[in-house]
Amino acid sequence: MTGHKKSDDGTYWLDKPGNVVRLVRCLYFVCSLLLAIDVFVPKHGPFKIEHVFGFYGVFGFIACVVLVLAAKQLRKVLMRPEDYYDR
Amino acid sequence: MTGEASPGLILILGALVVPLVRGRVRSAYMLMLPMLAFAYLLTLPHGELGQVRLFDLPLIMTRVDRLSLLFGYIFLVAAVLGLIYALHVQDTVQHVAALVYAGSALGAVFAGDLVTLLIFWEGIAVASAFLIWAARNERAFGAGMRYLIVHIGSGVLLLAGVLLHYRQTGSLAFGSLALESPGAALIFLAFGIKCAFPLLHNWLQDAYPEATATGTVFLSGFTTKVAVYALARGFAGTEILVPIGTAMTAFPIFFAVIENDLRRVLAYSLNNQLGFMVVGIGIGTELAINGAVAHAFADILFKSLLFMSMGAVLFRVGTVKGSELGGLYKSMPWTTGFCMVGAASISAFPLFSGFVTKSMVITAAMDGGYFWTWIVLLFASAGVFHHAGIKIPYFAFFAHDSGKRCAEAPTNMLVAMGITAALCIGIGSFPGAFYDLLPFKTDFKPYSLDHVVSQMQLLFWSALAFTLLMRTGIYPPELRSTNLDFDWVYRRFGRNLASRLDEIAVSAWQWLAGAVGAGVRRINDGLQRHHGPEGLLGSTWPTGTMAFWTTVMLAAYLIVSNL
Repeated sequence: MTGHKKSDDGTYWLDKPGNVVRLVRCLYFVCSLLLAIDVFVPKHGPFKIEHVFGFYGVFGFIACVVLVLAAKQLRKVLMRPEDYYDR
Repeated sequence: MTGEASPGLILILGALVVPLVRGRVRSAYMLMLPMLAFAYLLTLPHGELGQVRLFDLPLIMTRVDRLSLLFGYIFLVAAVLGLIYALHVQDTVQHVAALVYAGSALGAVFAGDLVTLLIFWEGIAVASAFLIWAARNERAFGAGMRYLIVHIGSGVLLLAGVLLHYRQTGSLAFGSLALESPGAALIFLAFGIKCAFPLLHNWLQDAYPEATATGTVFLSGFTTKVAVYALARGFAGTEILVPIGTAMTAFPIFFAVIENDLRRVLAYSLNNQLGFMVVGIGIGTELAINGAVAHAFADILFKSLLFMSMGAVLFRVGTVKGSELGGLYKSMPWTTGFCMVGAASISAFPLFSGFVTKSMVITAAMDGGYFWTWIVLLFASAGVFHHAGIKIPYFAFFAHDSGKRCAEAPTNMLVAMGITAALCIGIGSFPGAFYDLLPFKTDFKPYSLDHVVSQMQLLFWSALAFTLLMRTGIYPPELRSTNLDFDWVYRRFGRNLASRLDEIAVSAWQWLAGAVGAGVRRINDGLQRHHGPEGLLGSTWPTGTMAFWTTVMLAAYLIVSNL
């Protein structure tokens, strides 16, 4: 039952892959827009790095990629079977 | 003025009547108790009330000021919401435990002295353990036991700390405690256990996901927030809290990314949010303390909302494992929506509660020049959006359709989630009235252009990272698994060590018993040889021999006497 097309109550908007692509394109657009308006937003913080163009966006992106890749490596060390403590 | 009882006692004593009433009367009665306590709070003047003497010690049952009132209000709101969420539950143990638990938490934040604090501190530990055991399975029993041991341990440390502190200073007042004497250090450690400091944190991720669907909603609100209150009251501005809190914001998110049990993911993110509060308390400026307690207030709401939505999934589907779920938005659209409000709030989206509270802590870190702390807090902000903001709703309600179809959550659950979601949006959209409740007067403006834009950039680009990792298949799939954390030290290593020591002790005992037995046997054999039936000294001799020897003796006597 992994099909994601038909359910008892018909198909849903998100079931169509085309709509998912549309959603992802929206996200690309919003991200670009937010990066573009960075030029017009004066920063007030004390740290210089904050004033670099697009700092928050780039930081967020890199942070998440690093987080996921590091966590993936962590699995190699930390992952055990589900019943590890019950045995 | 004296004689005012702690508002917590309304819930604790009120809970005693719960077993006597049934059905709708019980529901109405239970909901009435926190409302009554709330009304009572509104009548109390500021100051140290309810002074009593216990064994010549002056105790202050009820200390009312802006800090204790803020926690008092939110605890009562959380109690009402948790009770509405649990209205369908027919389990007297859970009802009584939840009320005693909430009442103890309330009593602890109004405690004006350390002894009163200690009494309610223990009440919190014992009552909350019953909410874990109420799941009534073997895993929950074990987790509840470990939870209770840790929390009773915290209580014992607090007791020892209070005694040392009293001997040294002669005062039991629960005010600011400098982290200089051994007594204060023990009290700090006791608070640290309840606040899930790094390496002292595992009770949280161990026990909360094992409690009942409704029990975890209560658990998420009170225990750790009492600890945050206690730290804010006793150790505001203690510099060591800044690195401790910073570590707390960062390390749990790595575990949250790879954890499969979605309630355990939330437990890790609870730990991460506590980090923001601890950093704020450590910085200790008015803005930072305001931010810390405001974030505690907001966290109680959005974290219960998230636990409520996962509780609803657990209640309907029977599991909250990411590997088993997906596509539930088709069956539970309302729950999905409420979960997303909670997710947006914890992620600090503008117009949601987390934004107006977390930004105070981050601004305070910037103002104080804590560069690396600020960097880690930003990392943790992106991380919390990643695992709590996206992962929770995505894997439960969207992702690959698991084919699971169920009914929408029961009405009482939806009502509780709806009110909580409304509060999250209300605080986030109209922070002014909320800021007026904070301990210090503030003119903090969360909605400045640079705040809003930089936060949106951080969040949307984090979402972009998630999307790209997901669509390229790099994102680690949800797998049925257990991830080792610090609890391995006592659940596996410690247990193995104990059983190894047990083996050593048993074999040492066997060797000792063997050696002693051999010695005894040798002595016994000697006795047998000489005095046994066959032994020379023990055997019976014929009468002739006796007569012969008597004659010899008499003859010898005759000879000797005649010499």
